[in-house]
Amino acid sequence: MGKAELPLHAPGTQLDKGYIGQSVPRANAQRLLQGRGSFTDDLIFPRLAHVAFFRSPYAHARVKRLDFKRALRSPGVIGVFDGRAVAEYCKPWMGVLAHLKGIRSPEQHAIAIERACWQGEAVAAVVAESRGQAEDAVGLIEADWEELPAVVDMDEALAGKVVIHPELGDNICFKREHDTGGVDEAFAKADVVVEETYNFGRHTGVCIEGRAILADYNAGEHSLTVYHATQAPHMMQDIFSRHLGIPEANVRVIAKDVGGSYGIKVHVYADEMATAALSVMLRRPVKFVADRLESFLSDIHAREHKVKVRLACTKEGEILAFDLDDLTAIGPYSVYPRTSGIEGNQVVNLTGGPYKHQKYRAKMNVVFTNKNVTCQYRAVGHPIAVALTEAIVDRAALELKMDPAELRRRNLIPDDAYPYTFPSGIKFEKLSHHRTLDKLLELMDYKSLRAQQADFRKKGVTRGIGLAAMIEVTNPSPAFYGVGGARISAQDGATLRFEPTGMVTVLCGVTEQGQGTEGIFAQIAASAVGVTVDKVRVITGDTGVTPYGGGTWASRGAGIGGEAVLLAGRALRSNILDVAAVVLKMDKAELDIVKNEVVNRLTLEAKLPLAELGRIAHFRPDTLPVDFQSELTVTRSYTPRQYAFTFSNGIQASYVEVDPETGFVKLLKHWCVEDAGTVINPMLVDEQIRGGVVQGIGAALYEECLYGPDGQLLNGNMADYLVPMSSEMPDIVCAHIETPTKQSQLGAKGVGEAGTAGAPGAVMNAINDALAPLGARVTAMPFTPERILVALRKI
Amino acid sequence: MEHAVETTLTVNGIEVTRRIEPRRNLVDFLREELGLTGSHVGCEHGVCGACTVRVDGEIVRGCLMLAVQANGCKVETIEGLSDSGELARLQKAFHDRNALQCGFCTPAMLMAARDLQLKNPKASREEIRTHLSGNYCRCTGYQAIVDAIEDVLHG
Repeated sequence: MGKAELPLHAPGTQLDKGYIGQSVPRANAQRLLQGRGSFTDDLIFPRLAHVAFFRSPYAHARVKRLDFKRALRSPGVIGVFDGRAVAEYCKPWMGVLAHLKGIRSPEQHAIAIERACWQGEAVAAVVAESRGQAEDAVGLIEADWEELPAVVDMDEALAGKVVIHPELGDNICFKREHDTGGVDEAFAKADVVVEETYNFGRHTGVCIEGRAILADYNAGEHSLTVYHATQAPHMMQDIFSRHLGIPEANVRVIAKDVGGSYGIKVHVYADEMATAALSVMLRRPVKFVADRLESFLSDIHAREHKVKVRLACTKEGEILAFDLDDLTAIGPYSVYPRTSGIEGNQVVNLTGGPYKHQKYRAKMNVVFTNKNVTCQYRAVGHPIAVALTEAIVDRAALELKMDPAELRRRNLIPDDAYPYTFPSGIKFEKLSHHRTLDKLLELMDYKSLRAQQADFRKKGVTRGIGLAAMIEVTNPSPAFYGVGGARISAQDGATLRFEPTGMVTVLCGVTEQGQGTEGIFAQIAASAVGVTVDKVRVITGDTGVTPYGGGTWASRGAGIGGEAVLLAGRALRSNILDVAAVVLKMDKAELDIVKNEVVNRLTLEAKLPLAELGRIAHFRPDTLPVDFQSELTVTRSYTPRQYAFTFSNGIQASYVEVDPETGFVKLLKHWCVEDAGTVINPMLVDEQIRGGVVQGIGAALYEECLYGPDGQLLNGNMADYLVPMSSEMPDIVCAHIETPTKQSQLGAKGVGEAGTAGAPGAVMNAINDALAPLGARVTAMPFTPERILVALRKI
Repeated sequence: MEHAVETTLTVNGIEVTRRIEPRRNLVDFLREELGLTGSHVGCEHGVCGACTVRVDGEIVRGCLMLAVQANGCKVETIEGLSDSGELARLQKAFHDRNALQCGFCTPAMLMAARDLQLKNPKASREEIRTHLSGNYCRCTGYQAIVDAIEDVLHG
């Protein structure tokens, strides 16, 4: 056999897959299972000081006087500071991006100066030797306030009788209109037109670990090390540098274990910027951990949309057009640096997303209010777009007296229609709506379930089935933020280092918050290099150590970081074989690496253990030819560029029972069929989808940040703000179609947000399917027992 | 510290004596004075369960019990139960099933799971779900946790 005929590890061949597709338990879970993780609040440094914030009790008020005298005398207090004092050290910011044309926001300071614009905005900071002492002193700050009129309702905000930021002239942060043309004509010729308005409550991420930061300024070298529960260490490094006036090279951000993030920990928070500034001011480490009440008042909220949607279709069930009008409120500031315009923008981009209609018109207004700020939280805009699309499609099915699954089948974009440009302008590389629908219906045994539902109805038991098809943005290119001027990397790098012991160390800019990022990087690296997975160590979350990168958001970890690891792994394998070839005096093409050994590629005969190769390369290079230099550390980078986003797709189904007497919804079962491209670790993927589904169920049934007419948060604690508990959750069945993206060699799309994107719509449709025979329908999330009883005219 | 109360308790088998401010809760004491950071603080009002520890054989919320109330008590934390091997089977099952993501709620979840294993070793899936309802997890869909505990109880 000639050399050319030797088996090669061509991309995509089975031999090359190694650990890809296997449910390998992740190594970094071990320390967490013993309580030996290292969360930011676990860190204690010499001279560590603690900060607590004095926050506005009013939604909108002028600070006429702040008196710190008593606070300063309180035991343990190191200093008390107002907004002006902190502003000397921390420049303000503005949450706008150039590609969101016309978006506006006022300047925001680390600590508000003169005026608080939401209940919970910090107007002073106390630093003390312990958090308890700092809180004691916060209670001793005296303030005179002049209450200002608060804008709480979003329609009132849009009407603009009271303008929150007079310099802006009105309360509009951002607006967008999109029109393919031909929409009115489509509605005119339609046999059926359905219209409905949907309300989506404000909710938040409720990470069990509150936001946490420990900033440690070293005056000797004018350097700042920040231990930060963040998803984006490099973004924060840039921001600390620019706003605190410290050279970027002197700023190091370290994200150790992070106790849940879901998008909550990817934004710039004023109190965290203040903490870093206070460390500089006081020349000592300062820690801030948001307690639960502060979390509800100051972690970004999300959603709060009111959307009117119309759908036109023929009597055969062909959807002709969607017409959308979205109003969303974001609080008093657009959040820096990603802006608060993205969620509404995504609703415009994604509404109607799975379907093949050609006419689409959308109008969207983002308005300021005097409530806590909102910004990107898991699935950004998708839960809104999916739920309103799927609800109005079901409404059309009711009118047409057509089975909802059949109506979807008739309208989903055909699986052979790709690449495809959707009427909103977004482009799909390759989706599999029909295959996912077929798989879902088979998985849930749709026909039998419908029969079962009918039987239950005869017995007076009110059950419903709801479907929700979805598309999901993953692997964003620089089109998401970079083109708008945000210094947020869409590219990630991975460095692989071959150690003398034969171990492989992976360093990557993508971070780990429990998704299993480090676990899948180990699987990819092991597969690419040819070592067993126990021979790989992964380091993430440290700007001082890892290649530059964007971090973890928008379902980009596996698709972007994973591809960088794969490319670096292949390069490292090649470099190791270069060494092996000179050591063994063989042709490189005859050699391969399998299970920690250099082997003869043809016979698989073991030739050289990697540990021995590592010893020679690192300690005895003198034994190698004088003109040979080994390169056993390699870095590769990856940026998706062919498409703005790598869309994934999927479909979910919910089966519920509604008690018409109490209004309670019992979730009986939930299904999710997802096409996330190459599945690297099915076990991790499935539980991440389930976690996402449960957060989506929370939005549909329980979670809402309730505000009074004066802008006071009414339920800002865990007892009153309900999140899903284990006893309420159903078993969730997951299945996959794999359509790898051809943009990368790994082929992975993202999976982190799909569950949250689709679940609210599926649950909504299931509830309305259950209620339909009773002549009731609900359209405002969350679907509390009260709202269901009102719909049933019971109360 | 003028009102500090001398308190003696056994933590993971070791007797410790400290002068403790009466307002200090048990979990803060364990974390900040003893460096046992495996018990986590999630809500400080007894809802999320992340601070669950075992006191005289019963699981309690570390945020709802004052440290001085533990005078004379036997307190056990995730670190102690890990080192003694008492949680080994549950930990292995959690690892094998990936019954955790960020790991913040996990030590307390294991404490609650062990409590169920001791009190109702034949618990059904529904009973497992009910028993865990005082422990919030925001990352998983709870299913892998229930699966892992089921593996241990019925495996």
